Amino acid sequence: MAINLSLRKKRVDDQAIGVSTSNRLMRNPWYGEVIIYMVLLIAGLVTILPIWLVVVRSFSPTNIISQYPFLLWPIDATLDAYTYIFGTATLLNSFGLTVFITAVGTALNLIMTILAAYGLSKREIPFNSLLMGLIVFAMLFSAGIVPTFMVVRQVGLIDSIWSLIIPQLVSPFNLILMRNYFWSVPPELEESAKMDGATDLRVLVSIVLPLSMPAIATIGLFYAVGHWNEFFGALFYIMDNTKWPLQLLLRSIIIENNFQNMGSAGGWGEVHIRMINPENIKAATIVFATVPILMVYPFLQRYFVQGVKLGAIKG
Amino acid sequence: MAVMNSVQARAPVPFEQSSRRSLLKRMWRWRYIYLFIIPTLIYFLIFSYIPYYGLTIAFKDFKLYSGIDASPWVGLEYFKEFFNSPDFGILLKNTLLISLYRIIFGFPMPIIFALLLNEVRHMPYKRVIQTVTYFPNFLSWVVYAGIIIVFIAPSGVINQVLKSFGMPEVQILTSSTYFVPMLIVTDILKGFGFGAIIYLAALSNIDPQLYEAAVIDGAGKFAQIWNVTLPGIRSTIVVMLILALGGVMNAGFDQIFQLYNASVQDVSDIIDTFVYRIGLQSAQYSLGTAVGLFKGVIGFILIFTANSVVRRTGEYSIW
Repeated sequence: MAINLSLRKKRVDDQAIGVSTSNRLMRNPWYGEVIIYMVLLIAGLVTILPIWLVVVRSFSPTNIISQYPFLLWPIDATLDAYTYIFGTATLLNSFGLTVFITAVGTALNLIMTILAAYGLSKREIPFNSLLMGLIVFAMLFSAGIVPTFMVVRQVGLIDSIWSLIIPQLVSPFNLILMRNYFWSVPPELEESAKMDGATDLRVLVSIVLPLSMPAIATIGLFYAVGHWNEFFGALFYIMDNTKWPLQLLLRSIIIENNFQNMGSAGGWGEVHIRMINPENIKAATIVFATVPILMVYPFLQRYFVQGVKLGAIKG
Repeated sequence: MAVMNSVQARAPVPFEQSSRRSLLKRMWRWRYIYLFIIPTLIYFLIFSYIPYYGLTIAFKDFKLYSGIDASPWVGLEYFKEFFNSPDFGILLKNTLLISLYRIIFGFPMPIIFALLLNEVRHMPYKRVIQTVTYFPNFLSWVVYAGIIIVFIAPSGVINQVLKSFGMPEVQILTSSTYFVPMLIVTDILKGFGFGAIIYLAALSNIDPQLYEAAVIDGAGKFAQIWNVTLPGIRSTIVVMLILALGGVMNAGFDQIFQLYNASVQDVSDIIDTFVYRIGLQSAQYSLGTAVGLFKGVIGFILIFTANSVVRRTGEYSIW
């Protein structure tokens, strides 16, 4: 717990982790420095170049893509591919569904997880360890795909977008993370509020939550990214392709090369596919699905780093 | 529970009743707290514990229209079918081999990367490298597989480049030689940056005085890394390694599902992909459940053992 507390103090310089004074004690010889900086540069390039190349392709016309496979800056840049994908109803429909699932799902995840984690952080309540044990066991031993499918089917969620929200309401991992964080909230604060006659809910909402925002942001982002990237739930439970969330539609477009699911763009889709190289449509689709992640990336990076560190010392 | 048992052991009956009453009284005192927990408990009951009952499908000749209860028991029939089929050996071999390759080649990468980053004193450079290398971790495997395919498809970037140099093309996606190495390499590319975070955190916790002492003792850079840095993150490395070993039954369903195809099924079909194909796609529910249960039990034993070992190292435990 001591580590947890110090983490909160240190959270501002998350990105600076790994800065130890050791580096200042003894410099590497100049060739050592050069090698280290070069190796890291290569590591950065091999991660970013494939993604960058896809971005460039999404702005490139057909003939350019087949002519210059390794194009790092667009030649004769065009927005055709984007015009096309924004003209299709299905992709936007899937996008809307995924936004809904992410927003509503994450909100419900947070409410359930925070309430339960707060309750389970009270070690003095009877049966606490039994309840915790049940949840940990559920995390370690899953009945598997088929029995879970049967339950989802039994409760009538097949082909409902709620099958992407309800069967994944609480992640045991996030619950444990949140509970451990609540342990670091000084109990005196809660006690004095209770003396003043505050209810448990009141204490949670006005005393504990404001102190726990870093952890809430962390698990909120864990949940949100999980919903955004959700694939298997939809694969298992949603047969109706008009209710496909983004990732399932993306698979059919960019991996299975199936453009039919995209619907026709204002009635001239078929013709249009022949006019535009599907390669740039695929690239544009990849970019389209990645931009939202990129937009929240600064938050993701900061809080995921924190989450990894919180998770590493749980228990 | 423990409290009640110890009381029962030595107390006469009336005392037990009163202790039960005081237990109820204590529970009543925390009634609102229980109210917070109940929705989550119901959730786990429905979506984690009721499926355990569904595991009986593995021991029955399950038909969707007759339901679990009305389907007849067949004992270990489906387990025998699985263990005696040629699939069993192939699936187990692929699952363990792919996991093993991931550990041998993938596990050291974040450690090496963290050690290199730790040597960088120019903060903006370090930050840029971190920002860039963490990014692919947040992309879904669908999107990342899409990016990979741009490169390795029959007429993808790699083949176009090879062709322009007059070299023969390689069909990575359908080659049983190149497919698994491609899985390992792309998994490393997607995850090595983010995987380094935990080691960077461990590195930042090393006491700087240890380095000062090492320098006074005349230790060079490599001696410092060997005698101070590595011992400082050894426990983190051990914990991560044990956890990785505990997870060998998971060979990366997310990644393999997006990339595999019929031509590479002999090398890339793992237990999870098989369970999905058999259990849901071809609706052989009983066989699928049996194979899933086999995997679940082995996986549980492995991760449970892993945690016990980690706990014994005295560092930390996962739960």
